[in-house]
Amino acid sequence: MKKQLKLTRRRFITLSVLGAGGMCLLSRCANPPLSPWRFVTEQESKLLDALVEQIIPTDEWPGGRDAGVTNFIDMQLTGPYARYQESYRKGLAAIEETCKTKFQKRFEELPFEEQTQFLKTMEAGKMEGKLWEKGFDRQFFRLIRDHSMQGFYGSPRHGGNKNNVSYKMMRLDYPVIIGQNRYNN
Amino acid sequence: MGNKHVNAIVVGAGAGGGIVAKELSVAGLSVVLFERGGWATYDDTDTDELKSQRTTVLGNAYGPDDQRYKRVVVNNDGSANIVLPSEGGYNNNAACVGSGTVSYGAMAWRFMQEDFKLKTTYGPIEGSTLDDWPITYEDLEPCYEKAEWEIGVAGDATQNPFGAPRNKPYPMPPFSHNKEAKLLYDAAKRLGYHPFPIPMLRNSVPYGGRPACIRMRTCCGFACPVNAKCGTHNTVIPIAIESGNCELRINSVVSEILVNEQGKITGVTYFDEKNRKQTQTADIVVVSGSATETARLLLNSKSKFFPKGIGNENDWVGHNLQGHAYTGAYGIFEDEVYDDLGPGASVAISDFNHHNPGIMGGGVLCNEFIRMPYSFTGIRPPGSASWGKEHKAFQRLNFKRVAQAVGPYQEIPNFEARVEVDPTVKDFWGIPVARLSGTRHEKDIEGCRLMSEKAELWLKEAGAVQTWQSVGGGKGISGGQHQAGTCRMGNDPKTSVTDKYGRIHAVPNLFVADGSLNVNNGGFNPALTIMALGFRVGGYIASEWSKGNRFK
Ligand SMILES: Cc1cc2nc3c(=O)[nH]c(=O)nc-3n(C[C@H](O)[C@H](O)[C@H](O)COP(=O)(O)OP(=O)(O)OC[C@H]3O[C@@H](n4cnc5c(N)ncnc54)[C@H](O)[C@@H]3O)c2cc1C
Repeated sequence: MKKQLKLTRRRFITLSVLGAGGMCLLSRCANPPLSPWRFVTEQESKLLDALVEQIIPTDEWPGGRDAGVTNFIDMQLTGPYARYQESYRKGLAAIEETCKTKFQKRFEELPFEEQTQFLKTMEAGKMEGKLWEKGFDRQFFRLIRDHSMQGFYGSPRHGGNKNNVSYKMMRLDYPVIIGQNRYNN
Repeated sequence: MGNKHVNAIVVGAGAGGGIVAKELSVAGLSVVLFERGGWATYDDTDTDELKSQRTTVLGNAYGPDDQRYKRVVVNNDGSANIVLPSEGGYNNNAACVGSGTVSYGAMAWRFMQEDFKLKTTYGPIEGSTLDDWPITYEDLEPCYEKAEWEIGVAGDATQNPFGAPRNKPYPMPPFSHNKEAKLLYDAAKRLGYHPFPIPMLRNSVPYGGRPACIRMRTCCGFACPVNAKCGTHNTVIPIAIESGNCELRINSVVSEILVNEQGKITGVTYFDEKNRKQTQTADIVVVSGSATETARLLLNSKSKFFPKGIGNENDWVGHNLQGHAYTGAYGIFEDEVYDDLGPGASVAISDFNHHNPGIMGGGVLCNEFIRMPYSFTGIRPPGSASWGKEHKAFQRLNFKRVAQAVGPYQEIPNFEARVEVDPTVKDFWGIPVARLSGTRHEKDIEGCRLMSEKAELWLKEAGAVQTWQSVGGGKGISGGQHQAGTCRMGNDPKTSVTDKYGRIHAVPNLFVADGSLNVNNGGFNPALTIMALGFRVGGYIASEWSKGNRFK
């Protein structure tokens, strides 16, 4: 019974993601220069998708990518996180650059395990080369990790946690019901 | 143009200032109460964890904002950087009518008798400005009682044998315990400790014309949707306004205290809601901007009479900045301990608040307010993954299985921990910003270790199968929500800023009434003590005024 429920939920989410993508494609045909993103480029968004999916991977519950964490980050970068725009531009480019020289591939094209390894090196502050000088590897990793957590576990109003997915996963009744008086129970 | 002259100006409509404004206006003085923020309500941000007053990553729900405010923080290595209000280093409390009392957790502690006599109790401590207060607990007791009855506290003092003596019970019965608190309550009993319900500035039954608490989980860090949390914004400030003698001037930032050609304080300058510079004159000025901003305002008020800032002849304004070193432990239980019954924190032990061998002071230990999904992502046993599959699984499996016992260790006052004004950095209005520097006393960590050990034992006894400590008190600036100590009261003008009624030593008509006055900060959250001090300072001014004293 339980399993079935979960399956349905996952299917529902997959379907809804497809749905949104479909719509997006349609609008692009009519108006090609329109981007769904506010700050990041199409290419950066693909890289971000892979990164947030590493931070919060899909298991029996959707992960960072399907929960809209990239959308959260993009949205905040033109709001309260405008001060991190430069770090993101520089950090995403540095990941791209490093992957190109090292693997002749984009980060998002690497197998999942290799991506994890890459991020572990960043986390440990062990990236080599000029791009990662002065602890930028560790710093940028933390930024992505913290912002991914915020996007996945924060309120959906900020662009992530699509369909309250993390609240459902943690079995929290959301939205909070106001006006219940449980004082006497 | 020009504003009408009034009897008193109060700067800051928070815990201390709201009370002073009420005491003065009901006594018949005309008052202008300045507040740099506006009215805040639940609907502004509701239960948004990322924009609350506890987790501020996307901004402070109840002020101040990142667009107009900043501070400078000096790091341990001597480097300095600008911090915004939503960043931890800013050491924020709040900026709105009621300030922290709108969104606080609302624990309502009286300090203990020893807290007013730390030097007598523990002797001098090297590297510390530890001292006795110029008043005793008994002097402040009637003011604590006023705070408990006029603002409203729910609790049962008979269950805490370590509480200081009192004349009257709390006006409201205590809150019931949620699931984890029940477990901890029983465990404390088994350990021979003395658990009791945390006194709360929150309605357990209807009180003061407002309803009882509905026990939401999103309480600490949030405004109350039904107005059951008791702050100055829904008690004393409305009374002050209704008296007809108090004008609350919101969105108004006081920039300087005015001094005339005779060296007398005559009022303040401020920027109004349209950012126009204005003047307001008064017979008396009371500064209640909280420990950081009060010190900043005094230091920014330089003149030929006060070349180092008002009240700063002996270089004490801004020193002894302190908050609390939060310290405790976490435990994972086999069964779920989370039952979603807010506000979460309800059980406390005060067994380790004083008289711990080899330790200065101590603190109260409580179960923690209810965790939120994002803040829980940082709660892991040492060595755990901070991201990835394992991290996500922990979040899912243990969110409802983890409990925390934690408390505020009373920091050892340190002269070098301080607020200055920055020589170059200015805020939106061009006012020099606060510059925070210094660090905690090196011995704080010892008290923290002891409290964390006790907290861990307590959780184990309650049935936790895995426990770990989170020890506070490390190097770095302290202040934050519990900021205090920057204009301490005392009898000796050489080692304090105000007298025992909060009056700046060398200035007859300038007072301070907020956490700045605290000589030390207790092993408790400080709001009720700050409120009691508000009643003391306000009550003193009002009674002197009625006797004809015009503080000239
Ligand atoms: C999330 C949270 C939880 C808390 N939980 C507890 C708790 O459980 N128990 C407890 O005891 N305490 C708690 N506190 C702390 C408590 O709120 C503070 O200790 C208390 O409000 C401090 O009182 P104060 O009068 O010193 O300053 P504040 O209450 O901060 O008042 C200062 C006011 O002055 C205004 N101001 C400052 N400068 C100027 C200026 N230049 N011009 C105009 N206005 C100005 C500010 O905007 C502010 O409104 C909590 C605080 C927060 C934020």
